[in-house]
Amino acid sequence: MTEKKGVTLKIYVMGKGYEVPSDLTIMKAMEYVGYRPVRGAGCRGGFCGACATIYRLKDDYRLHMALACQKTVEDGMYLTQIPFTPVRKTVYDLDELDSSGTLLLEYYPEIARCVSCNTCTKACPQDLDVMDYVQAAIRGDIEQVTALSFDCIRCGLCAVRCPAEIAPYQVALLARRLYGKYVLGKEKQLDKRLRELEEEKLGEDVVQLIEMDVGELRASYERREIEE
Amino acid sequence: MSSLIEGYPEYMRESIEAVARSRDRRLKETFPLIDLKEREKALNQFHPDYKTEGKRRVRLGPNKGDLAPTEVADLLEAHSLIDPREIDLSTIDLDVDILIIGGGGAGMVAALWANYTGAEPASILIVQKLRLGDANSVMSQGGIQAADRPNDNPAIHYLDTIGGGHFTNDPELVRALVMEAPSILRWHEELGVVYDREQDGSMTTLECGGTSRKRLHSCRDYTGLEIVRNLRDEVENRNIPVIEFTAAIELLMDEYGQVAGAVLYNMETQEYHIARSKSTILATGGFGRLHIQGYQTTNHYGATADGIAIAYRAGARLRDIDSVQYHPTGAAYPEQIVGLLVTEKVRSLGAQPVNKNGDLFVNPFEPRDVESAMIIRECYERKNSIETTTGMRGIWLDSPMIEAIQGEGTIRTALSAMWRLYNRFGIDMTKEPLLVFPTLHYQNGGIVINQRGETRVPGLFAAGEVTGGVHGRNRLMGNSVLDYNIFGRKAGIAAKEYAEKVKLGKLTLNHVAKYEELLTEAGIETLRRSPMLLPDYRGEKTVSHALTVL
Ligand SMILES: Cc1cc2nc3c(=O)[nH]c(=O)nc-3n(C[C@H](O)[C@H](O)[C@H](O)COP(=O)(O)OP(=O)(O)OC[C@H]3O[C@@H](n4cnc5c(N)ncnc54)[C@H](O)[C@@H]3O)c2cc1C
Ligand code: FES
Repeated sequence: MTEKKGVTLKIYVMGKGYEVPSDLTIMKAMEYVGYRPVRGAGCRGGFCGACATIYRLKDDYRLHMALACQKTVEDGMYLTQIPFTPVRKTVYDLDELDSSGTLLLEYYPEIARCVSCNTCTKACPQDLDVMDYVQAAIRGDIEQVTALSFDCIRCGLCAVRCPAEIAPYQVALLARRLYGKYVLGKEKQLDKRLRELEEEKLGEDVVQLIEMDVGELRASYERREIEE
Repeated sequence: MSSLIEGYPEYMRESIEAVARSRDRRLKETFPLIDLKEREKALNQFHPDYKTEGKRRVRLGPNKGDLAPTEVADLLEAHSLIDPREIDLSTIDLDVDILIIGGGGAGMVAALWANYTGAEPASILIVQKLRLGDANSVMSQGGIQAADRPNDNPAIHYLDTIGGGHFTNDPELVRALVMEAPSILRWHEELGVVYDREQDGSMTTLECGGTSRKRLHSCRDYTGLEIVRNLRDEVENRNIPVIEFTAAIELLMDEYGQVAGAVLYNMETQEYHIARSKSTILATGGFGRLHIQGYQTTNHYGATADGIAIAYRAGARLRDIDSVQYHPTGAAYPEQIVGLLVTEKVRSLGAQPVNKNGDLFVNPFEPRDVESAMIIRECYERKNSIETTTGMRGIWLDSPMIEAIQGEGTIRTALSAMWRLYNRFGIDMTKEPLLVFPTLHYQNGGIVINQRGETRVPGLFAAGEVTGGVHGRNRLMGNSVLDYNIFGRKAGIAAKEYAEKVKLGKLTLNHVAKYEELLTEAGIETLRRSPMLLPDYRGEKTVSHALTVL
């Protein structure tokens, strides 16, 4: 990265202060001052949750959570990354389960310890209603858990903050898989297409295209009808 | 129309207002698709790939004489990270049947199918440079193509794919892609992947650039995230061993010229491990982080073409490696997210690209390379673009149209990732358009494979973005998520079958030593070493003062 001119501000990476340009994300700012992360960076676009970060601001007692790749630096930011969160994952064979929501409590009984403090929701850098989906999980409402947790990128911050030691995103993952497999289930038109393929009804046309010379192929391509 | 424009500098107001003013008119207009001749003209004049600068002929190895982007040629014409004489091959640290290099989509799919078809979990090993699933695969937003609707069929999918690829694709690979696509959707349903559905329970499908049917299946705009979460959970449920933060830095071979595993590098402890394996699958993904021709990229941190570099030394052949996909719509503003993807689904749902005057200049659904070329022309030849505070040019993607066409609230539900991305930086895309410019997105070419996912080197299989042929010289949206599923599955099954039969001889790194000789013969004098493993974004000051003492 080339050195930048313009407005700078001061951030503290694990307590050490650095001047950085003001228009950088936390991730780029840390690189700017010389870090080359092995952990703590993944997709760099807000999709993987590898860059979970906590910080405080000057004269502010609150602890803030962010994704380092998605948050612009602020003056006086006092930060550290949490590149890994130890959590428990239950092992299951999805084929042997069903759509009953009681499975969530069975596999993750700790969700019953939720004290509705809402700390998880406040911690979520995706702004999800984490506590609401934990509550839905307790009720066994897998549809609601799916809807509310869908945009979860598993950064781990809710699990770090939960006083009841729940790892909400593990529960949500199971709920979504149950919902997808047993509630949405197998779609009818897809069934039909798979049968047609099995009966080898559709391969012929492809073979014909493969055997065409490029001139013919180009002409068929230009002639194809576009669905409105 | 003097409402406050949030998130954008004041000087852009005039143009943003022009876009808003022409919106009603444009809602009824479509800019025509251009014909094949015009396409070629646009590409030749404006697409970065069609320029002669930025490429050179590779001077050694199986593709000697072929063109490659300078950044890729640099990695091919480079020394190994290891000196074979310093590596102890007499102690085998890990001994498996199927070694999978790269834990993105292709790698996990391969592992699962090897396991489904009979490989014991403990006989498989995934080595992954970052965390499992931290890959381009987790980032795909738009969706996956599969010809499963009544008005669609694999032949139309074939035609769209091969025409989009300018008739350069490997026909047999495309056949496998289109014929097996519906079976992948079925497998995903069984894994519990939550695809978007209509009220009546049928699959929601959308059109995308270069397709003639609505064939794109998505999971909101987190398709990759949803698929990868399921794959990763299944890999964990099935107890398939994974070693994270460990990169393959060279393939191992045996005395009979078969690939026999890899030299691994623990990126945290900085030690090497010898992993012997009867079969090896490369699933290392693409090369966005090489920043070809200086472009910003949508790709994840580890997209550095490692697989290409190490397979080439072992004798694998490449194709179309000079063909790069620039996604037409990368973020051009704000600075924090420059280069990140604005998914094509934004166009699928109705947003038109418009110039600074609010006028149409391209149909939203041209194949990607054509769309990009037209945007570059609008910015650099016709100069109808907006310049950002850092000197980057861009055109508008008129996202508020989505709400006008599909109904209010569509963006928050169908494009929640996009909305969140912009909202974090103060831009409300339901009200304001997005400033975009093409961004480096996808490695069209790669290692040559056959329909079983085999390379020409015995024992070496490959799948996903690291391979070439499926997409020819231009990939359509939705076809690479499909690609890593189809060919990941094929490679996993083929590697498992191969491992049952092969007899390995003595391990060697002779191919690395031989490659050194080739470098000398070709007169290549360089300090460069490859694979790259991770890009280096440290500030100049740090780099210029770097010392290695500890
Ligand atoms: C932002 C974005 C959006 C996209 N949207 C779509 C879409 O909507 N539809 C579509 O079809 N396609 C889309 N694509 C393309 C598609 O997601 C990818 O092409 C595809 O997922 C590649 O899968 P893969 O498994 O081959 O590679 P990856 O998913 O990138 O996985 C490769 C993995 O291997 C690791 N690795 C690399 N080198 C080594 C090494 N030396 N040792 C060990 N591990 C290594 C990498 O770190 C990475 O984790 C998108 C891509 C991006 C970046
Ligand atoms: S690096 Fe993936 S979310 Fe930040």
